Amino acid sequence: MNTIEVNNKADIFSTEIRGEIDQWVAKYPADWKQSAVMAALRIVQDANGGWLTTELMNDVAAYLDMAPIAVYEVATFYSMYELKPVGKHKICICTNVSCMINNSDRVVDHLEDRLGIKLGQTTEDGRFTLKEVECLGACGGAPMMQIGKQYYENLTPEIIDSILEGLE
Amino acid sequence: MVTIEVNGRELKAKAGDMLIEVTDEAGIDIPRFCYHKKLSISASCRQCLVEVKNAPKPLPACATPVMEGMKVFTRSPLALAAQKGTMEFLLINHPLDCPICDQGGECELQDVAVACGSDASRFVEGKRVVPAKNIGPLIATEMTRCIHCTRCVRFGEEIAGIREMGATGRGEHMVIGTYIEKSIDSELSGNIIDLCPVGALTSKPFRFSARAWELTQVEGVAPHDSVGSNLHLHLRSNKVMRVAPKDNESINECWISDRDRFSYQGLYSDDRLTVPKIKQSGEWQDVTWEVALDMAAAGLQEIGEGEQIATLVSPSSTLEELYLAQKVTRGLGSNNIDYRLRQGDFRLDGAEPAFSWLGLKISEIENLNAALLVGSNTRKEQPILAHNLRKAAVSGAKVHFINPLQLELNYTAGQQLTTPAGMVQSLAAVAKALGATGEGAAAKVIDKAVADDDAKAIASALKDADKAAVMLGNIAAAHPDYSILCVLASVVANASGATFGFLAEAANSVGARLAGAMPHLLPGAKVAAEKGLDVMKLQKLPRKGYLLLGAEPGYDFWDAGLTRNALESADLVVALNTHTSPALEAAADIMLPIAAFAETSGTYVNTAGEWQSFRGAVKPLGEARPAWKVLRVLGNLLDQEDCEYTSSEQVRDELASLCEGVMPDNSVGKTESADLQSAVDGLIRIGDVPPYALDSLVRRASALQQTKDAAPAAICINAEEAKKAGLADCDSAVVTQDGREATLPVSIDANIPDGCVRISAGLAGTETLGAQFGEVTLEKA
Repeated sequence: MNTIEVNNKADIFSTEIRGEIDQWVAKYPADWKQSAVMAALRIVQDANGGWLTTELMNDVAAYLDMAPIAVYEVATFYSMYELKPVGKHKICICTNVSCMINNSDRVVDHLEDRLGIKLGQTTEDGRFTLKEVECLGACGGAPMMQIGKQYYENLTPEIIDSILEGLE
Repeated sequence: MVTIEVNGRELKAKAGDMLIEVTDEAGIDIPRFCYHKKLSISASCRQCLVEVKNAPKPLPACATPVMEGMKVFTRSPLALAAQKGTMEFLLINHPLDCPICDQGGECELQDVAVACGSDASRFVEGKRVVPAKNIGPLIATEMTRCIHCTRCVRFGEEIAGIREMGATGRGEHMVIGTYIEKSIDSELSGNIIDLCPVGALTSKPFRFSARAWELTQVEGVAPHDSVGSNLHLHLRSNKVMRVAPKDNESINECWISDRDRFSYQGLYSDDRLTVPKIKQSGEWQDVTWEVALDMAAAGLQEIGEGEQIATLVSPSSTLEELYLAQKVTRGLGSNNIDYRLRQGDFRLDGAEPAFSWLGLKISEIENLNAALLVGSNTRKEQPILAHNLRKAAVSGAKVHFINPLQLELNYTAGQQLTTPAGMVQSLAAVAKALGATGEGAAAKVIDKAVADDDAKAIASALKDADKAAVMLGNIAAAHPDYSILCVLASVVANASGATFGFLAEAANSVGARLAGAMPHLLPGAKVAAEKGLDVMKLQKLPRKGYLLLGAEPGYDFWDAGLTRNALESADLVVALNTHTSPALEAAADIMLPIAAFAETSGTYVNTAGEWQSFRGAVKPLGEARPAWKVLRVLGNLLDQEDCEYTSSEQVRDELASLCEGVMPDNSVGKTESADLQSAVDGLIRIGDVPPYALDSLVRRASALQQTKDAAPAAICINAEEAKKAGLADCDSAVVTQDGREATLPVSIDANIPDGCVRISAGLAGTETLGAQFGEVTLEKA
């Protein structure tokens, strides 16, 4: 079969998650449920500590009547979906053109030194993950980084230290 | 129609057609990778860029519709530069491993690189590497070679109807695959080997065994279903190395099923019969052909009475073999010949159509607006017909099934899941909903039926459709009330204006009727003056002598236990077989090795009534000989008249002249018996034949036997019934049928209706059981 067979869709996800996904499904025509796949993946990821398991992606596929591979395609295409566990704070550092010209290398070096991890790694205590990302559209404040949903701009080592100290 | 100009040549084309279709038609070559005539257009590889006058840039021929007055240049400096540029990009990440790549020598990328590529690479950066994934026993992957044409992805979605492969990741990290470790389970999966323009997807069984340029190609016809897909057999040193499809737009298009592609492995299994053997005081001895044939002829003559001889032939035999088998049998004064080894109800004999067929052409299936399939697991039984049916369903046809199994379908269809006895009632209900009354048995059953909402839905779908069909599949043919199902299906078809048809089981099920391999029909589908006994009676009333042609006791018969008893009590069993097995060795007295698929010339008549002849591609293994020659010599030794054939064509032509003017006809007569033999008090066995258990050859095709569709025998039962029987998943249980037992694992399966237990036939472990459909009892082991 094209899609994963599920006897009862109420068995998938919690009531709250289903409610949130349903709001997105309702925005599209009835036979275009799969249009809500990106929102559904985000909602499920947020509820799972910031990352997606294959089982969760299968659940999304079953809930939206999609082939699982079609969900994997979306989840692997966009860098905002995490397919491995991440730290409590995901620090995304832009190293694209404007930030690079404004010395994003220094931001990367400083964070790597301070946290003792390389880009793409997570601290042992599970608090921080460092991730290199492409342009986040904040070139006016380069160099910049994103932690959680918050942008931090015009970064220097001192500013970075104070931001990190302010985090739980 | 519009007129365009390509390279200065004027071409007529249909407005809206893509440029590449027009140039392909005209024989103008444009390189391409992602474009395929049977798949949607993706225009992603850009290899087919051509120059179009007044267009600012080169345009992809696969995605450029033709327009009046369009001037196209496929070999202009601009076009060539564009093609060369694309090729350079495609090659930057492609490994230079052609010497160890199976695709080498038949690779589209190699060919186009020679035509459009540069002689040196300017790419000095590191090439990417993609780890290979195991996607099952049939297809080898080497995804570093992939150029992302997405043909395999589109094939899965559009043709196979299962989206199993996809493109995950992005940019340089994009990979084609299944993402998770998973086998590709489509019954048509092997076609992606042909589709892949590079060596990313290649045949696993064929891997590293030959180079393309060492192979010779001959044509063949597929032996495992009644479609008769056209094949290309690739040979080296008198051995079939692999099988590929041959295009035939009216039959298999450019596809073949995995069964037809990979079954050749069975030719070289260890238990191939290669020497004539005779049993002397319980020991098998190798003998010469002369000795074996003399013994067979003498033994048959010794029996004396014609009616004590029975010939049971496999419907996978060629037309020539079947014709000669009946000729030899009738020459011995016996009409006891039958090919319907997996049929259990013969009440229709005499009233059934002589030359039954699909009812329409294979290519017409996709134009149906509605279809009702009774007792058919079409996808597994006739994959190519199922593909055509899917095409119809995807474009809006209403397809309904009445089955004792819930099927995994790759399109939306109505499925009525019911017991075998329920199938009769469901079909009668459809007839009633159509207002039909029927005659004889049909009238009695329809009278008692209640036209419920399901039946009304099917009835109106058939009635409202412009083109509709009612078809009976393999499960119906093996149904204990086949005669009633057949009559009812005919009534439903007549009452709704639908075409009535049969999805014949084997490669030559239709041909066997024409060849006269039936107790009541002579060659040319003429009614025999003296009727012989049907295959069931020939076993229930054991004969003294049996002649088996391509039929394996234990696996190829409706009631395996009954067959064993009959054969073991016989004085003489002469078996003409390709392979041996313990069951055959126990039953037979003389084993004559015959040529298998690809080793003999012959003819198959497919379910659409088309005659397709083929030549022997390789010499038979060992001392095996084509069965038509063996039968002819047997005829000679028995001093039969007119048995001096020198070629299989001569046999075919003789039969063809007898069949002249015989037209396919599905009209069904009247039967009287309305007793439901499928109505049992307890559990009834659903003994369907899984796709890779169909005949001697596929049962020994090792790669196919590792696929999901080749699951070992089990007791499949739904949770409710299992609870009643006190069984749980993975338990071992003893199944008893007609006093015979087998111990098999239990598998809880929600696809089985109440009152039924699915114990597929044709599998190891079921040889001791009884009828494919019959009452069974279960007990925890």
